[in-house]
Amino acid sequence: MHAYWELAKSSFRRHSTYRTAAVAGAFTNSVFGLIRASLLLSAITTAGGAIGGYSAMEAATYVWLGQALLAPLGLFGTAELANRVKSGDIAVDLSRSVNLTASYWAQDLGRAAFDVLPRGLPPLIVGALVTGLAMPGSPGPYLLGFVSILAAVSLNFLGFFAINLLSFWVLEIRGFWMLYMVVMNLLSGFLVPVAWFPGWLLDFARATPFPSMLQTPVDILAGRTDGGESLAMVGIQLLWLAVLLIIVQMMVRFGSRRLVVQGG
Amino acid sequence: MPIIDVEELSREFQVMEPAGRFRRRKKTVHAVRGIDFSVEPGEAVGYIGANGAGKSTTIKMLTGVLVPSSGRVTVCGFNPVPQRKALARKIGVVFGQRSQLWWDLPLQDSYPILGAMHRMPEADWKPRFRELAEQMDLEEFLSTPVRQLSLGQRMRGEVAAALLHRPELVILDEPTIGLDMISKEKLRQFLDAERRENGTTLLLTTHDMSDIQRLCQRVLVVDDGAIAYDGPLTGLADVAGAVRTMVVDLAAPVHSADLFALPDGAVHEGIEAEGIRHSVSFDPRRLSAAAVLAAISSTAEVADLSLHEPDIEHLVRQLYGRARR
Repeated sequence: MHAYWELAKSSFRRHSTYRTAAVAGAFTNSVFGLIRASLLLSAITTAGGAIGGYSAMEAATYVWLGQALLAPLGLFGTAELANRVKSGDIAVDLSRSVNLTASYWAQDLGRAAFDVLPRGLPPLIVGALVTGLAMPGSPGPYLLGFVSILAAVSLNFLGFFAINLLSFWVLEIRGFWMLYMVVMNLLSGFLVPVAWFPGWLLDFARATPFPSMLQTPVDILAGRTDGGESLAMVGIQLLWLAVLLIIVQMMVRFGSRRLVVQGG
Repeated sequence: MPIIDVEELSREFQVMEPAGRFRRRKKTVHAVRGIDFSVEPGEAVGYIGANGAGKSTTIKMLTGVLVPSSGRVTVCGFNPVPQRKALARKIGVVFGQRSQLWWDLPLQDSYPILGAMHRMPEADWKPRFRELAEQMDLEEFLSTPVRQLSLGQRMRGEVAAALLHRPELVILDEPTIGLDMISKEKLRQFLDAERRENGTTLLLTTHDMSDIQRLCQRVLVVDDGAIAYDGPLTGLADVAGAVRTMVVDLAAPVHSADLFALPDGAVHEGIEAEGIRHSVSFDPRRLSAAAVLAAISSTAEVADLSLHEPDIEHLVRQLYGRARR
């Protein structure tokens, strides 16, 4: 366990060396937050004050929380593993005495821990100043929200890790990557809240792990669900976590058997 | 019990090659074909061969990152692929072309992580790290991020990383590639001392004959995926009939080779630079370089000279009497 803690800490430090990148990222997240908020707000005004249970203020809160969690949750992923397979550096990872998945997971948690403040806070501050935020006043949603964020970081990590692992079988994963991004962006509730989906798409989304990757922590943090509902949603997240973990471990197991390490 | 035991080890790859305008055909490439060898604890073995001979493929199978097509491998008592993590605690691996250090962190930050990965308590890895840092002169750049280190500095860091957990076996895949003479020599001295003091087994691949001469008593020559020679280094030179070449620059041009009274066993190979530069090859077992030089200086004044050792590719080629495809 100690090795994974060290890996998480080192990853936190690695990311903290790129402060300019963090500032630029936070700026971008805030600007896109303004664009998304103004689009949603004008839609809601046109619709007469509310869409699918979201008032103007609630919709703005949904946008700003999404923008704040975007980086910490790792919604854009990283192709580090696939790149290391391409370059052959995967040989180094595999000659270490740690579990491959766990070592990358620990490093992703370290990255997320660093991203929370510099990437999360600025969009929330901009949101509070420009549109205002509708946040709950009791501590419960924040506590459960924290657990839910941890689960969502892990789910996003495992999802992208599974796509990365395809590089054990195919040389180029870009196509799979694009497909995953499109499906995930929609079904996770990043573009519009999952609750706005037509019935059939809503049912489909709920049969996938994607809403657990963003919509769930956003809803819990915004206080849209009561305590019991929130707990059930975290339970669903943990269930998906177990499923994805099994899939990823199977992929590592069978994939590393047929992996051809590139280069001399 | 041998520390490395390899029996009938083979690995083949499927590659696609064009067949006609649109079609592709599967082709099987035999990278390693049925090799056998074993290495005893404390040995220092050079594993040499031309590019593409199958060296790295073998190393990958020994460390458990590549599944053999057939055959049996045992390293430190483990079956490398299924027991890869346990094996990693017993061996140290240096890939000359890759890095096991954390690229964007200061060099010293890599070692606590490695110590933890090998499940070493701080009281155990820290003194060892101090010792390695001192022996390899790492102190002055310990706080420099790895990405800013020179190649020589980084390689010293890599070797220290591979030896932190006092492995029984160290596998080095071209550890001196790209290093200057001084860095190479430092690395060799360190590896040699490490083996003498701790009985560490060394297996290294290299293209540098001096690495082998300084470090290894035994060489394995691999050619086209098969072991072509297994024995002492001196024996290799015997088998291959290795010749050294002396190149001399004369003070005044000499246009005919017949003017030199070369001793038996020395052959005049050629004249360059309008009679100034002459090269003479000779068999070091029959003639000393001094005797060759004396014969030349008796005829003409020598301004400069250099000696060339046969390189590994050359030896292997001579061993086979044919050029590589």
